[in-house]
Amino acid sequence: MTTAVELAAAVRDGTTTARATTEAALAAVAANDRELHAFLHVDRDGALAAADRVDALTSQGRDPGPLAGVPVALKDNLCTQGVPTTAASRILEGWVPPYSATVVDRLVAAGAIPIGKTNLDEFAMGSSTENSAFGPTRNPHDHGRVPGGSSGGSAAAVAAGMVAIGLGSDTGGSIRQPAALCGVVGVKPTYGMVSRYGLIAFASSLDQIGPLATTVADAAACLEAIAGHDPMDATSLDEPAPRVVAALDRGVDGARVGLVAELLDGAAPDVVVAVERAAEALEAAGAHVAELTLPELRLGLSAYYLIAPAEASSNLARYDGVRYGLRVDAADVQAMNVATRTRGFGDEVKRRVMLGTYALSAGYYDAYYGRAQRVRTLMCRAFATAWERCDLLLGATAPTTAFELGAKTADPMAMYLSDVFTIPSNLSGEAAITVPFGRGDDGLPIGVQLLGRARAEPRVFAAARVLEAAA
Amino acid sequence: MTATGLETVVGLEVHTELKTATKLFCGCRNRFGDEPNTNVCPVCLGLPGSLPVLNRRAVELAMAIGTALECEIRPSIFHRKNYFYPDMPKDYQISQYDEPINVGGHLTLPDGTVVGIVRAHIEEDTGKTTHVGETGRIHGADRALVDYNRAGVPLVEIVSAPDLRSGEAARAYVTELRAILVATGASDGRMEEGSLRVDANVSVREPGAPFGTRCEVKNMNSLRSLQRAVEHEAERQAAVVAAGGTVEQETRHWDEDAGRTVPLRSKEEAYDYRYFPEPDLLPLAPDATWRAAVAASLPPMPRARRAVLVERLGTVTDAQRDQVASVVADDLDALVVAAVDGGVAPQLALARVANEVAALGDPHRLDASGVVALLAMEARGDLSATQTKAVLQRMAETGEDPDAIAAAMGLEQIGEDALDATLDAVIAAHTDEWARYREGDEKLAQFFVGQVMRETGGKADGKAVVAGLVRRR
Repeated sequence: MTTAVELAAAVRDGTTTARATTEAALAAVAANDRELHAFLHVDRDGALAAADRVDALTSQGRDPGPLAGVPVALKDNLCTQGVPTTAASRILEGWVPPYSATVVDRLVAAGAIPIGKTNLDEFAMGSSTENSAFGPTRNPHDHGRVPGGSSGGSAAAVAAGMVAIGLGSDTGGSIRQPAALCGVVGVKPTYGMVSRYGLIAFASSLDQIGPLATTVADAAACLEAIAGHDPMDATSLDEPAPRVVAALDRGVDGARVGLVAELLDGAAPDVVVAVERAAEALEAAGAHVAELTLPELRLGLSAYYLIAPAEASSNLARYDGVRYGLRVDAADVQAMNVATRTRGFGDEVKRRVMLGTYALSAGYYDAYYGRAQRVRTLMCRAFATAWERCDLLLGATAPTTAFELGAKTADPMAMYLSDVFTIPSNLSGEAAITVPFGRGDDGLPIGVQLLGRARAEPRVFAAARVLEAAA
Repeated sequence: MTATGLETVVGLEVHTELKTATKLFCGCRNRFGDEPNTNVCPVCLGLPGSLPVLNRRAVELAMAIGTALECEIRPSIFHRKNYFYPDMPKDYQISQYDEPINVGGHLTLPDGTVVGIVRAHIEEDTGKTTHVGETGRIHGADRALVDYNRAGVPLVEIVSAPDLRSGEAARAYVTELRAILVATGASDGRMEEGSLRVDANVSVREPGAPFGTRCEVKNMNSLRSLQRAVEHEAERQAAVVAAGGTVEQETRHWDEDAGRTVPLRSKEEAYDYRYFPEPDLLPLAPDATWRAAVAASLPPMPRARRAVLVERLGTVTDAQRDQVASVVADDLDALVVAAVDGGVAPQLALARVANEVAALGDPHRLDASGVVALLAMEARGDLSATQTKAVLQRMAETGEDPDAIAAAMGLEQIGEDALDATLDAVIAAHTDEWARYREGDEKLAQFFVGQVMRETGGKADGKAVVAGLVRRR
């Protein structure tokens, strides 16, 4: 299939038009998505109008942008002006935002064509996209399996070739894990590198938007388009987008890579083999790989399942039936709040809101939320010591290849363990990428994960490119 | 002191809206009185995906308040205070909790009492709910309408130590604090519009004993109601103690019409706000340069301004001391000084500004040089006191200068000769009254003044008439 970089080049030099690339994407969605259900909403008219604007620029001899005519899919927790945005929740069904997320504006400004909104676990809470209120998405590689989550819709849309690029959000692995399970590249940028303005918040201190793409180069082009300081997000880094495209071919010669025991512990044997082969590929390209242990990483999952629900319990309070979204009428305001939230939220959301409310309650705060924050600090320190010896860390992205639909829905703890390798980077706020690297015994894709320190995206992308070439 | 001899102990929590152009976390206009829900955006409506960005000017005004109250300005963070309420768009309030920007200051009252300032922190305001229904009360209301124009307006909450000992002292504290807030430019200090809101923590105790259990009293919308509420609440608690009971910690609502406090919610029903650090905002750490710039930009505070005014007046009576305090509180002291500089006797300038000018609806809209010119006319004897007040009123209404108004109203004061002639004629026409006045009936002086005023169409100077009477006696 054609990559985003190739599509944009063809549109820019007039070999094809944005209209043609957009119609092709819409046709691919029409052909595949009845079965896959990657999309919650396809914005056919908006996409064609956007394509025509790009073509008008090109015909006027003006620059249509680096992603000219590239069809993109947006996770449905990204606000899109005039286009329904649900976060896959009944409580926001029918809500049409009056504004667009910064990343959406920037993609459009770069010439990309938003095709539609993709499925996710409700409010990004889950690892299989089965927690969507509007039904699950299927893995394009095996329709009986999950695409991972929570950005399962974007991962499936890219993997199935419906769009070249998808945007996801990653709070504990929600870009990287589905990218791994669907066999595509997924990036969790450094916290603050990409504006969160317009991303429906799950856990504000962990959420980060990033690209899913079929190639590392496409992911790099997308990241350059969406990254950089945004005055609308106070946590946005006060610096321009990283120059990742220019760094793609730098290689890993002389790079010090740590193979982290804790990022393999509990992974299936075929996943471990894939990671070991990745380590060999990096060595072959000139990197020095050494085994490393970071015991603090084992605490990540526990800390995450206190911090993320705590923030979520507050972030999701606004869905109270007063101003927008679902309202279930009742005798008084309080009863209306309760009735609305009871009907509007799914089980997993309720579970986490309750967990988080408890963790922040008077008398429990220190034992739960406070302690989790201290663990988070320990984890950041552990990474800091690792960066004294390493330029990059290597490990698995997910413990297994894609699992069957329904396999873990009855066991939340088993589901939570899907994110055990991805959570540490969210807690530390550092850079991470997953690259497809080989297949499992079941023939399904495996992803390997590269971690870098904050703002180390150029180095991370260069290493990812080496793995991509060796895969 | 309550009727039963207990000591009243009061600490005040004062919320002031900051006079910024825009809201605390977004670019919406911060303005009172606009059409409901016109100054709103995704951020202050708490729409999904929106994020707060701190208003630098609001931080500056908070620092100005802290500096004026002699607080330490510290690195601070924001927290989320979580509770459900329809006029709070996010169902949490962004506020400062255990690490506020200003801590440990003082406020000195005009009588010398020093009141501790525990903290003065930044937070956002909520929207405003109006219950609509036949009864006009919350219970039985048909529906509630919410105006989010106020949501996200910047507030500073100033918490005093429990250093006040009466309703009167509480009133004096808020009066002085209000004057300081107005002087810093942080607030317009309008209690009736809700830009300044006061909650009182009231308890009673035997003098010298540890503090008693306190009740928080809300809903006082004037200085007068604050004083009354504190006094009534202290008496209520004293009565509870006298009857052998114990005061329950609770929040109480001041009912202005009934003149009493009624329970709102007790400690058992208190919310668990689940405070935690606001992850959408960075820590706030104003550096020394910024703090110094704010301090340097502060104008003189009311206490210093009162001292300046007293110095210009020479000796002052108690009544004049009150007038000095009130013109400074109303930010009109510069006008007094300007009038004195313009040759007006200090006492006259003070009296006119404190009484007549301050009583105008919006005295700051008056042209100061016009007011000075007017007072100079009175000081020269060109206008009587009555005429001066009439011209001032017209100046406030029309904005014209005092010469033009006086001319248009035909208010040039009659000359000395004409006055003497008129007075002689009036005395000649009222020989009985004149005889009684000469025998010592002082009340009749006003009778003659009135007669002269009638004859001259109000153009005589009352004091000159009295002087004429005394001369002829």
